[in-house]
Amino acid sequence: VSDQKPLGCWSVKHGQIITCPVVCNFETHEYIAVHDDKVLRIWKNKDINLDKVFKATLSADVYRIHSLPNGGPVVLFKGGGVRTLDVLLEAPQQEIENIISDEVIKWSEAFMEGQQPVLIFATEKDGDFFVYVQKLKMNSLHKYKLEQQELSKPLSFTAYIKNQIITLLCLCSNDSVYKVLIPLQQNSEEEEQTLSKSLLLKLSVSGSVLKGTSFVVLDRDHIAVLGSLAAPGEDSKECLTIWNTKFQTLQTSKELPLGTSGQLWCYEEKFFFTHGKVLTVIMYKCETSSLAAAVGKLKDSQTPDVSSFVNWNTLGDEELVVSFQSQQSVALKSESKMTLRSKRNTVAKVQPDTLSVGQLLLNLKDASTTVFEDELRQLISKAQMPDFQATIGCVITALINRCKTNPKYYPRNFLLHIVQTRDLSYSLCPDLMAVALEKKDVHLLQICLQRFPDIPEEITYACLKVFLSISESYLQRIDVNLESVICYIDIEFNNKEVKTEIVENGFNAELEQDIWDTKITKETHVTADGEFCPVGPQKAALLNAVLHSAYSETFLLPHLKNLPAQQAVLFLRYLYYLYVKCSEKINTTLPGIRSPTISQIMDWMCLLLDAHFTVMVMLPEAKELLSNLHKFVRAQVRFYSELNKIEGSLRELQRLNHQKDSQTYSIEVLELI
Amino acid sequence: MGEFEVHRVRFFGLVPAGVRCLACQPRGGRLALARTDGAVEVYNFAANYFQEKVIPGHEARSVEALCWTVGDRLFGAGLGGEIMEYDLARLCVARTVDGCGGPIWSMAANSSGTQLAIGCEDGSVKLFQVVPGGIQFERNLDRRKGRILCLSWHPSDTHIAAGSIDILRVFDVCSGQTVQRIMVNYHVHKVKRECIVWSIAFLSSGTVVTSDSFGRVQFWDWERGTLLESHTVSTSAVLSLSVSEKEDSIVVGTSTGATYQFQLLPVKMGSLEKRWVRTKPFQHHTHDVRAVAHSSTALISGGLDAQLVIRPLMEKMQKKGYDAVLRKFTFPHRRLVSCARKARLLLFQFSQHLELWRLGSTDETGKDGEVLPLRRMPEHLVQLKSKGPEHIYCSCVSPCGSWVAYSTASRFHLYRVQYEGDGVSVKKVPRVPKLLLPAYQLQFSADSGSLFVASARGSVHVLQLLEPGGCKHLHTLRPPSGCPEAVYLLAVSTDGHWLAAVGGDWAIHIYNLKCFKHHCAVPTYSCAVTALAIHPVTNNLVIAYSDQQLFEFSIPEKQYTTWSRMVQNCGLHKVWLERDSPITHITFNPKNPSHILLHDIYMFCVLDKSLPLPDNSALLMNQSTLKQLPETARQRQLHAFKICKKFQPLLFADLLDENCLVMVERPIMDFKTQLPLPVQQKKFGT
Repeated sequence: VSDQKPLGCWSVKHGQIITCPVVCNFETHEYIAVHDDKVLRIWKNKDINLDKVFKATLSADVYRIHSLPNGGPVVLFKGGGVRTLDVLLEAPQQEIENIISDEVIKWSEAFMEGQQPVLIFATEKDGDFFVYVQKLKMNSLHKYKLEQQELSKPLSFTAYIKNQIITLLCLCSNDSVYKVLIPLQQNSEEEEQTLSKSLLLKLSVSGSVLKGTSFVVLDRDHIAVLGSLAAPGEDSKECLTIWNTKFQTLQTSKELPLGTSGQLWCYEEKFFFTHGKVLTVIMYKCETSSLAAAVGKLKDSQTPDVSSFVNWNTLGDEELVVSFQSQQSVALKSESKMTLRSKRNTVAKVQPDTLSVGQLLLNLKDASTTVFEDELRQLISKAQMPDFQATIGCVITALINRCKTNPKYYPRNFLLHIVQTRDLSYSLCPDLMAVALEKKDVHLLQICLQRFPDIPEEITYACLKVFLSISESYLQRIDVNLESVICYIDIEFNNKEVKTEIVENGFNAELEQDIWDTKITKETHVTADGEFCPVGPQKAALLNAVLHSAYSETFLLPHLKNLPAQQAVLFLRYLYYLYVKCSEKINTTLPGIRSPTISQIMDWMCLLLDAHFTVMVMLPEAKELLSNLHKFVRAQVRFYSELNKIEGSLRELQRLNHQKDSQTYSIEVLELI
Repeated sequence: MGEFEVHRVRFFGLVPAGVRCLACQPRGGRLALARTDGAVEVYNFAANYFQEKVIPGHEARSVEALCWTVGDRLFGAGLGGEIMEYDLARLCVARTVDGCGGPIWSMAANSSGTQLAIGCEDGSVKLFQVVPGGIQFERNLDRRKGRILCLSWHPSDTHIAAGSIDILRVFDVCSGQTVQRIMVNYHVHKVKRECIVWSIAFLSSGTVVTSDSFGRVQFWDWERGTLLESHTVSTSAVLSLSVSEKEDSIVVGTSTGATYQFQLLPVKMGSLEKRWVRTKPFQHHTHDVRAVAHSSTALISGGLDAQLVIRPLMEKMQKKGYDAVLRKFTFPHRRLVSCARKARLLLFQFSQHLELWRLGSTDETGKDGEVLPLRRMPEHLVQLKSKGPEHIYCSCVSPCGSWVAYSTASRFHLYRVQYEGDGVSVKKVPRVPKLLLPAYQLQFSADSGSLFVASARGSVHVLQLLEPGGCKHLHTLRPPSGCPEAVYLLAVSTDGHWLAAVGGDWAIHIYNLKCFKHHCAVPTYSCAVTALAIHPVTNNLVIAYSDQQLFEFSIPEKQYTTWSRMVQNCGLHKVWLERDSPITHITFNPKNPSHILLHDIYMFCVLDKSLPLPDNSALLMNQSTLKQLPETARQRQLHAFKICKKFQPLLFADLLDENCLVMVERPIMDFKTQLPLPVQQKKFGT
């Protein structure tokens, strides 16, 4: 608000206190105030002195007055009694019942549902929270108990009504927003019901936590929270934030360095709050929530910087833990505990949590699988503790160690979940991929290849080998991320191909070389012209993950030489197929997410030929492929050289044209027919 | 048909002046435009936006604001501190009144057009009453420090909003008191820059709209003095603002060359609550958009890049037509070049000087599209500077090249040019006859023996030129019924027998020069004449109108020719009629009597009357198609219009001899580079 000029100002006498917010009766354009809990004042715009206006003294203390657009004001008393203003003014001294005994009203809100006003209020008593819903016209009152949450209690409420259901949102002290649904159509069971809460949103983003003080609902997917944002190691800043509850993202935030009163109002797509000494009004607009908007608006927080989380001290702890687990002697253990404690003296003040992680992992070593996993899950879901990254490393290491000791144990989904949701690296959990290779968990390997920035070439090669050797029929049953191939591969065809093969074989083949051989020879007929994909979509997706990973030629080449010739041919065939596919497009890029680029394809092709050239030349089935490849590349080279020539000619023409234009005088010949 | 040797001339260094302000005639079909050099132009919407009237500029007479008042009178005010009334019949300043408040930055007329308010350098707002024969000072409003940069009347005429630096004020017209003052940079604490309110508009709802140097368009509640809405449209200044008559749309122009439309739209479908929403951005200009206007069907903007852009609002268009297309005007709709055919000279008219050039020559011939080697380069012979602050109205060089004449608002000059070998001597002809000035058009006879001077009230003076350097007033031709408007186009027949003259009322009168008598008038046609010429052999008068119609009128027979009737019966090609710039010059080829040569800014056309007219299904611009066809197949495809679009923008084209043409082009980029860089300019205390 630029020009803050009061349009009207009224004050009560010295010694009197206005005890609840003043409201305006929209129907009569009167203002209603309560002072000293019991005294009601009603006046109009033109009245100047508040002392001389209408006054009514009530028999009970007023908690709040709610003004409804079409229903007239509703008065809520501290005892839980509710009256409309009209009823109250008829007999101001009427008896007001006390419903809630010694509970204290924390918050209240009124709505119009159809033609009747509905009042909802929340009370507290000894840490228990209750919600009352009162329908005025029907004179019905429902009491609910709010589900208790350990270690957190509701700080602030807001509610809206839609389709006969009240949605109550509460902001809790654990920096989360919970959603409670209260049906308005209630069978008149008088017993107290417990309302269960569901987590709507955690107010944390890339390590910083928002301590909300008040919040409002903007639309179906957006809420605005006013509070202080506290990042670890930084001073907290007050800010206004808008969150997308659908995608759990912070949509936007505005810092308010001058501080606020902690209150936020919202009216007609505008926020009102105090900022420093001024009332600030901010207009907002909620666009329809879409993933693109959610992602596009918050790129930085979506890709948190990995390195900033790593704390070498805690990594040290992790190693310690690992070393403990290999130890069996109790005596040694206690001794190490002592070293641990000594360490704590130096680091403890900064990271008390991580040490307890070490401790916890140590304790869990012998726990049962389910308990173990549950505990770890809890540890991870604790989120955003300092050095969380290191903790994850510890957790994975613990899991992997358990896998190693217990060959039957392999928490596939749990590992997948961790890798997919957290930013890990190979060096943080070096054994993970080794175990996955051992277990042939190709999906996990694929995700690792996609997400880890630092996989050694040896492991990359191992992955490639496993991917190439696994049978298509086995892959059929496995969930692999196909997003990199879905856009260019002809899945229909491949499915058919694989299916007929299964029928032909009559059994489930798994890692059997002879089947491989028959398959390859079978497929050569089809793929001779490079038109069809020589591998199924699952395998293609896995190979794409390999193509995408970082490597250094010198380190990869020696390993690549060990690739069996048949697999090398298959891989080359696939690369050739990709190359042809790429060249089809004018921009020589494959569609889709994480699809390999032309340079990746070329590099791998060269590398593979370098590694296996002599073998390839000797191999009869590779002969046709090589000659096709040669022909295709030669055609491409010719095509590009022609393009170069055209480009040169065009440039020359342009130059000539330009030269002609810059002259200020010329005599030209013009023929008109 | 034939090959031409084309002298392609690009050395006419014309730099059109930027557009300073615009004013739409209320409920009328005209747009007044003032340029930074003080020139004022009037465009006629009904005549396809033809630039109907031009009042050339004046060095000391800047125009900061234009207003139409009651009786379609046009007033201008500028930094000279004077309010000028323009005489639109005689195309000059009719009278001036001193504003007595220093430079005038702004002027606004009330809704009925009976009062003018001016905003002055000294911070005063003065009211003038528009009375017959002038304006009368009425009163001063409450004066405060700070120049008044913009003014706007409330539609009820009770209040005036005035924009200044950092502040806007609202005056009560009755009491003259300031009833509200609003600081516009109130909540920009950090910035110590001044905020200049460049433009203001007072809506009937009581909302005041301002545009300012911070790039904001703001809406204020004047009674409460509160900000209703603020839209930041640009990082640099928003210089101009205009509201539609219905007050549901606003156009603003910024110093980055972009214009934006705001529309008052319901918040939701069917909702009563309406809000201003920025709807359409346009980037038609490369430089500051100093002026915008909002007609009922179009957004009009004028920039320092000299462009006038008329952007039709498609939602207001009922049918596809001339009005429904974007129009851009950069060059004047009349010619500034004259050609001495025999001497192969070109005379270029600038605002305050003339340049005489001799064309080069070549010995070679070649095929279509070839550039021939030059034997002689073109030569800049003479530069004639006009003395005094007045700008040149018109100029002409005689066909033999030995006479040059020009006129300003108050003076007429005639020069005798003699060529001795490589040298050129210019001698001013003394004691030219006293004529009613200014002259609006000058035309020498084909034998260079006489000069025709187009003058006010429909009159044409005939001067006889005498060797070795003198002249004598022979006669003044006047239309028999009289005419209040000035003559703006002349055409003389080669045999010296006939003269055709067009006045501001668009009536064409033909005079017999042998007996100095009015011969006849061409039947009136309700559109502006943009060019006319008399055929050297047949003495047929060819007329081009601004609605792109062509007529041929036989002077001896006093009636339209059969060809002309045939053209009217068949109708011209659709594409021809949809062209957006008027024909500015018509000439003939004496060796090919059936040919008419005409051109506009974007094309040169040889109209061969002996060939059939194209119907709408035929391709009008078919030259490139024809060139690809074999000789035999061409015959069936030929039609009367042979159009060449190679030379653009074409300011002038003429036939030097049988197969030699001269084309004067002015590439847009050539003059754009001479404009100042398109950044927000510091004009004063910013």
